Amino acid sequence: MSLTDKDKAAVKALWAKISKSADAIGADALSRMLSVYPQTKTYFSHWPDLSPGSAPVKAHGKKVMGGVALAVSKIDDLTNGLLELSERHAFQMRVDPANFKILSHCILVVVATMFPKDFTPEAHVALDKFLSAAALALSERYR
Amino acid sequence: MVEWSDFERATIQDIFGKMDYDDVGPAALSRCLVVYPWTQRYFGGFGNLYNAAAIASNPMVAAHGKVVLRGLDRAVRNMDDIKGTYAELSVLHSEKLHVDPDNFKLLADCLTIVVAARMGKDFTGEVQAAFQKFLAVVVSSLGRQYH
Repeated sequence: MSLTDKDKAAVKALWAKISKSADAIGADALSRMLSVYPQTKTYFSHWPDLSPGSAPVKAHGKKVMGGVALAVSKIDDLTNGLLELSERHAFQMRVDPANFKILSHCILVVVATMFPKDFTPEAHVALDKFLSAAALALSERYR
Repeated sequence: MVEWSDFERATIQDIFGKMDYDDVGPAALSRCLVVYPWTQRYFGGFGNLYNAAAIASNPMVAAHGKVVLRGLDRAVRNMDDIKGTYAELSVLHSEKLHVDPDNFKLLADCLTIVVAARMGKDFTGEVQAAFQKFLAVVVSSLGRQYH
């Protein structure tokens, strides 16, 4: 299920529309993930405040979307483009890769709530494929 | 038996009470056929599913989307025994329709996205959690009679 040229074009077109709201998307997606999938809180036990919209959640949401922006810019070679991030997730953070799917789903939901007209079925499939491909690249260094 | 909090019960009744089934059903099913194209395997007799535009305007897809949502309504009205309510439908999906139960989750995710798009910021994290819990129970019940 690799990204076709059509997928890449659709992702870039959608990203152009949503990227100025990247910080808000990241904060909302992360907040949602922590409340809808409480098991994900286990990775953030070192934060003083895990409530939706808290400072650590907002800051981290921004960071995550920075990663997504990087992935968009490296869409033609995600494996190499995300290698360093993969090493950090694999060796430092040791995030179980199953969680990438969970966060991806939350990103899709947030984009749907914020951009209902732009998030057509075609945009949805392209973004879903892209986030899956990015997650795969992020898992590259795990074992 | 599934335990529902007051918030969860109220949220489900509210969402489905305000929902236009004839809009959301077709939107969710057609989105599923586009986002997860392998699900088209169950709709061989539905005519043109060649691209997203064809799927969106296909009258058989629209009609079936409505059937699916009306089926979901039964769970909305019987939240304390979704398992029992869907026993027959589960047998049907297994023995007659031969649907891989993994597909139920795919359609559920598309329904979540469609409802999120319609509700906008009212689709908060808490509402999402309740909605997904409800759909998870539905998905589990529909898969229960497979053998």
